[in-house]
Amino acid sequence: MTELPKARIATASLAGCFGCHMAILDIDERLIELMKLVEVDRSPLTDIKRFTKRCDIGIIEGGCCNEENVHVLHDFRRNCDILISIGQCAIMGGLPAMRNAIMHSDAPLRECLEEAYITGRYIRNTTHDIPNDPALPLLLDEVYPCSDVVEIDYQIPGCAPTGDIIFETLAKLLTGKFRGFEREMIKFD
Amino acid sequence: MEICETYANDRHRMLDILLDVQDRFRWISPKVMETVARQTGLSRIEVEGVASFYSFLSQTPKGRVTIRLCNDIVDRYAGLEEVAKAFEEVLGIKVGQTSNDGAFSLEYTPCIGMCDQAPAAMVNDVVLTKLTAETARSAAEALKAGTSPSKLVNERFDDLTAHEQATRMVDNNIRHAGEVLLGPVPEEAGLGKAVGLTPTQIITTVENSGLRGCGGAGFTTGRKWRFAASEKAEKTFVLCNADEGEPGTFKDRVLLTERPHLLFEGMTIAARAVGAKEGILYLRGEYVYLRKLLEGVLAERRRRGLLGKDILGVAGFDFDIRIQLGAGAYICGEEGALISSCEGLPGEPKTRPPFPVNRGYLGYPTVVNNVETFCHAARILDRGAEWFHAMGTEGSHGTKLLSVCGDCLNPGIYELPYGHTVWELLEMVGDEDAAAVQVGGPSGTMIARDSFHRRLTFDDLATGGAVIVFSGERNILEIVEYYMSFFVHESCGYCTPCRVGNVFLQKAIQKFRKGLANAEDIEYLKELSGTIIETSRCGLGMTSPNPILTTLKNFPLVYSAMTKPSKDRIRATFDIQSAIDDARRIAKRRSYIFDKDFSQ
Repeated sequence: MTELPKARIATASLAGCFGCHMAILDIDERLIELMKLVEVDRSPLTDIKRFTKRCDIGIIEGGCCNEENVHVLHDFRRNCDILISIGQCAIMGGLPAMRNAIMHSDAPLRECLEEAYITGRYIRNTTHDIPNDPALPLLLDEVYPCSDVVEIDYQIPGCAPTGDIIFETLAKLLTGKFRGFEREMIKFD
Repeated sequence: MEICETYANDRHRMLDILLDVQDRFRWISPKVMETVARQTGLSRIEVEGVASFYSFLSQTPKGRVTIRLCNDIVDRYAGLEEVAKAFEEVLGIKVGQTSNDGAFSLEYTPCIGMCDQAPAAMVNDVVLTKLTAETARSAAEALKAGTSPSKLVNERFDDLTAHEQATRMVDNNIRHAGEVLLGPVPEEAGLGKAVGLTPTQIITTVENSGLRGCGGAGFTTGRKWRFAASEKAEKTFVLCNADEGEPGTFKDRVLLTERPHLLFEGMTIAARAVGAKEGILYLRGEYVYLRKLLEGVLAERRRRGLLGKDILGVAGFDFDIRIQLGAGAYICGEEGALISSCEGLPGEPKTRPPFPVNRGYLGYPTVVNNVETFCHAARILDRGAEWFHAMGTEGSHGTKLLSVCGDCLNPGIYELPYGHTVWELLEMVGDEDAAAVQVGGPSGTMIARDSFHRRLTFDDLATGGAVIVFSGERNILEIVEYYMSFFVHESCGYCTPCRVGNVFLQKAIQKFRKGLANAEDIEYLKELSGTIIETSRCGLGMTSPNPILTTLKNFPLVYSAMTKPSKDRIRATFDIQSAIDDARRIAKRRSYIFDKDFSQ
């Protein structure tokens, strides 16, 4: 039996909590099965920081809250054939998008930063500064779901999605059998 | 408190109580709410529930003179902006504010039913029409000098009869009088014949005429009456829906001014048919200027033995009508919401079934019909079912009042038999160059020139009466966005898909208008609209996506022209530069990644 060339996969965590990456590891022993089919390129799991080759599948956790997120997402879109949003933050903005709710303000971003670093009730910040190291990426005016910034091919819902649904979806995509989710898999109540 | 006592501390008259409170104190304070709650035996929160629901009731002090500018799309196109500016400049307040001395409030309100003489405004109970920057300025200056609002209409306003007062304020613009309603109408002929018939005969006559409800939904009137009549209950009610809130509709306004006797005659006939002793005319808050006229007509009818005990000398035929004033809520035009409102509750629709004909007002069988429907019924009793049945087309019998406004030479009321094409109508109103016609108001259908051959019937283009004409200079998406904002404002908030979904739809349209939409957003609009329609419990949610759905269908290029395709699958609609601009200013530095000339 000739071996099929392995698919290349890349992953990234943008404005997320890494919970979705933990969920990827939750595939448990099936990881071994999966690794027969794929090779992992750029990913926090391999600590490879740049694409070494064009990838078949890119998996994105988290939405875009700063310019670096946008940059990474653009990079993924350019280098991956299929792009998958995984988890609510990537799909809808998720928890970080709570700051989008500061609406009736002339300067919502400033208000957000001030509350987070200066005026918040439980803040002990003796310098009264908002962090502003040149190495810090600039924040966006709002938190955007990935699909606002680039075209996304598939979305795996959940917070975080279960290991099962991640495995099933990837396995089916890799074998060309993906036809949408079973209702039971995306039912959360 | 005396206001409560006027209404016998009846909790079902809560809306009247609060309207009187609003009138006297210019707001409904927490203290007053407690008093009202105590008097009527309710909790304060129930009173607040009503006070916060209606837009004409206020929980902050309003000016002694409250000016409400109608900001319907037709008024906007007729020069609302300059009018608003004139008021703002003279009164020294912005729209939405109350002056510091408590003299004036200035605010916007959705359609007040004066689209044929836009821009219009309500000054307390007085209506000003056909405003221009100059007339607005002089009105504002006069008000500031202490003139009472009614004197703006006529120097000797108080000496005029109620009918003269109403018609001095508002032109009725009857452009085409048809055979049924606006032509010559003999007095009480229908009622005279009805007293000679049994209730069943009356219902059969109305059924045979093919009369269908004229408020928009088009339910067969005779069947409605039959259902109510067949209920065994100790009381039955007849309610008249004069809450025509659909933007662009003003036909009932004309009937209420010119044919009030015919309306009450029709209600009395309905009462005889279903055995009701009490009736309510639910008059929209915007038509408060007609209250005096209508109260006068009711009093006259009581005097003449046409209302009250033993009507026309028929023993046991008792019926009387009270007027329930609304308070600026579109949703109260919905049957269930109207009943809630009459019961002194927030105007929220009721779950159906039970239908009002089975259990309506206070739990009793209730017939709710539109003003025009009752007028038709009275005429049918006079002239007979066949006369009415012969007019119009199969399935849509009789005539229909159409209120035409927008970009046309002759806006106003046209009474026409069902079955005319839009072309024919446009010819009459004087605008054959129209680019788009909104039939049935925002919850109806927006059609383009290629559909002007369609007919105004229940089966083709159904309408409650509103026909709004738009010329080629108008921006369809602007119109759609306005209509969506209208529904966002008027949703009662009970069903989440309607409360939240309409906001999302409005935002999506804004995205289109800004050129920030993707091709997929068209799909999104359709999907979300479908969800709202399927999961809302009343007609508002079931029709609120119509401005979008019908324009998507009839003006697809308007949408696709505004979409931007992606480049290399990266969204051209996401603008990183504007997204990081705030942060650049706060951090006082430029971007390493996206400012290309950055060097350090």
